[in-house]
Amino acid sequence: MGVDFDMTFFLVRRMAGFAATLFIAALVIFLLLDLLPGDPARFILGINATPEAVAALRTQMGLDAPAHERFLAWVGGMLVGDFGLSTTQRLPVAELIAERMAVTLPLSLIAMVVSVVVGLPIGILAAMRRGKATDTALMVLAQTGVAIPNFWFGMLLTLVFAVTLRWLPTGGFIPWDEDAGAAMRGMILPGLALALPQASILARVMRTALVDVTEQDFIRTARAKGMTKSEAIWRHGVRNALLPVLTILGLQFAYLIAGTIIVENVFYLPGLGRLIFTAISERDLVLVRGATIVLVVVTTATMLVVDLAYAFVDPRLKGREA
Amino acid sequence: MTARNTLALTVAGLLLMAGPVLAQPTEIRIGVALEPPALDPTAGAAEAIDVVVYQNVFEGLVRIDQTGAVQPGLAESWTISDDGLTYRFALNEGVTFHDGTAFDAEDVKFTFDRLLAEDSVNAQKALYEPISAVTVIDPMTVEFTLSRPDGLFLFNLGRGDAVIVAPESAENNGAEPIGTGPFAFIQWDRGSRVVLEQYGPYWGEAPALTRASFVFISDTATLTNALLAGDVDGTNNFAAEALAVFENNVQFKVLVGSTEGETILSTNNRKEPFTDLKVRQAMAHALDRQEIIDGATYGYGVPIGTHFAPHHPYYLDLTDTYPHDIEAAKTLLAEAGYADGFSATLKLPPVAYARLSGQIIASQFAEVGIDLELINMEWAQWLEDVFANKDFDLTIISHVEPFDIGIYANPDYYFGYDNPEVQALNETLNATTDEAERLALAQEIQTIIARDAVNGYMFELAQTGVWNAKLDGMWQNAPVEGVVLRDIHWVE
Repeated sequence: MGVDFDMTFFLVRRMAGFAATLFIAALVIFLLLDLLPGDPARFILGINATPEAVAALRTQMGLDAPAHERFLAWVGGMLVGDFGLSTTQRLPVAELIAERMAVTLPLSLIAMVVSVVVGLPIGILAAMRRGKATDTALMVLAQTGVAIPNFWFGMLLTLVFAVTLRWLPTGGFIPWDEDAGAAMRGMILPGLALALPQASILARVMRTALVDVTEQDFIRTARAKGMTKSEAIWRHGVRNALLPVLTILGLQFAYLIAGTIIVENVFYLPGLGRLIFTAISERDLVLVRGATIVLVVVTTATMLVVDLAYAFVDPRLKGREA
Repeated sequence: MTARNTLALTVAGLLLMAGPVLAQPTEIRIGVALEPPALDPTAGAAEAIDVVVYQNVFEGLVRIDQTGAVQPGLAESWTISDDGLTYRFALNEGVTFHDGTAFDAEDVKFTFDRLLAEDSVNAQKALYEPISAVTVIDPMTVEFTLSRPDGLFLFNLGRGDAVIVAPESAENNGAEPIGTGPFAFIQWDRGSRVVLEQYGPYWGEAPALTRASFVFISDTATLTNALLAGDVDGTNNFAAEALAVFENNVQFKVLVGSTEGETILSTNNRKEPFTDLKVRQAMAHALDRQEIIDGATYGYGVPIGTHFAPHHPYYLDLTDTYPHDIEAAKTLLAEAGYADGFSATLKLPPVAYARLSGQIIASQFAEVGIDLELINMEWAQWLEDVFANKDFDLTIISHVEPFDIGIYANPDYYFGYDNPEVQALNETLNATTDEAERLALAQEIQTIIARDAVNGYMFELAQTGVWNAKLDGMWQNAPVEGVVLRDIHWVE
């Protein structure tokens, strides 16, 4: 009974926090964008437009209403899934974002998978060989991986695999329904470019966490029971070291969804980052705030999931909070 | 499956993978830096719109050719009344819009009624304000009545802003453009590309290309790689700083041409100390055009001494009006009461030519004692601050409208030049249709604004195209905005 109550209370608290975060984020986004200098209508029509034409477009775009009315209309619309119409493209914002997600989501997933597949084993290997030459070499590699900017790594990949060898395209994106193979081929180089720093970070976190764990009593007990060091680390260490790795993974996923803009530019991919960037420079405020709020939702939701996962994995955390 | 089939499939697969090298000789992929916000050229000023659709998807009554001359378009011929107030156009027969609807005089009337309506959002509405009525004489004849003669009327009809649209489809042209051009819109993968395909029932001569994609690549290094790898076949305007990569590569041709972009150090003529002619003259003497051209355009710009395109027959070379002369500049400043110079701000929009020229000008002005503070801005902010609110001292901008000397006759324009003499001359120019008289008037205005040093006249922006060496028929110059596909074809 008590446990259930704790859990319900914990969940309600978390969900309320989630909702509050979203509301505050929406308010901040709206206010900041409203303060931004630059008239969207003037931007669309350019320097030779008559003031009447600009005024007509402002009215058409609904920019004449007072700020609080526009804010309430926006939030109210979002609650029923209506994100409004993009001011420059005249299309539903939700549709535009969904289109871009078809690129950004798979790209982020590929980068995540690659970074986990590459990063974790390197971290584990380094921890097992702690202090040895392998460890040093791997950690120098990981440090380099963190230091190399991913757009530069992306250009290097392009030069080798696209310009010189011509195995893969230099960039661009063919829609999945048109040619899934071509779409996938277009994801390989950017996926690798994105994965490099992530894998390096994961390797370092994994190594540190594992080294910490191996110094704890239960590993010594396992060793005392006759396990070799590797056996003890594999059987007991890795699972326990995964907690901090999980946190980092959550953060990385949120970062990948929002932070792919530079790589998207290098590979001219129609992802969410580029959508937001273009929308800001074109003063498409409806689109910017819609896309930003989606990012806020993704980030906070990821954090919520990580938090909940924690609570289930380690009930002590829940108790501490309640 | 037999071994032979497997082999054939493997080979086919390899060929597919090598696709970019063996591009279909009737397809083209063009890399362009900016993605249009929408595809309706009658509802936005963005050049990127015209790049994709002008003369490809949409056509006007007339069209501008690559020399800047007016050619028949949807109108096969026209007559002009002696007073220059009535234009009667005979339309081509058998023209259809891409959705299959027929084109006739009603569509022309609809287009211009929409353009001139109270709630019109056409970016160049002002250009068409001389039109007082559009009358349908019969389905293949339409008559325009002007309230005053307009020497540029035909040219303006050939612009992207005046392409003919149909009442059935006009509202959706932003997302799904439907015109009468040789290419029909197929799809727009937002953020990625726009695909056009040859329109079978096109009324005119069929173009050589069957399919064209405009691929949006904003990063110069990325575009370089895409060209080198053959992922795109060309680009109409490539960053000058990276042109060297292609200049000595036999697989590519570099086309350097001119545009309608007069790039000027725009000066707020309403504001102290720029109200003083001597100050403006001093600034003109302080500018070293060649240094700016070399530094900001890598040598590709053409020097100008007034607000006119050097390739235009009316152009007058006035670059020697105020030659680069530091001493003369200092003397003039001293005479104007600024012996110790002054400070001013220079607001720079986010284009390479402006940012680079800005730094060079700041160091050139420092030599005569003018201390410039450089302020970088985004476009939207620049449009609001500088253009709409006229809150600036100096700015750098390329005026890309063809034949736009009329802006010097508008005292409310952002740089605020108010000279009744120029205003009167411009009015006469607008109302004159005789070529010789027009030339004399245009040159007189050019001379006055150069002498008045209204703005710092720097250079005409170049168009620097990079194309696959096997492509032909691209426009070298850009008398209007657009990448016209009509004549582009592959040669072996």
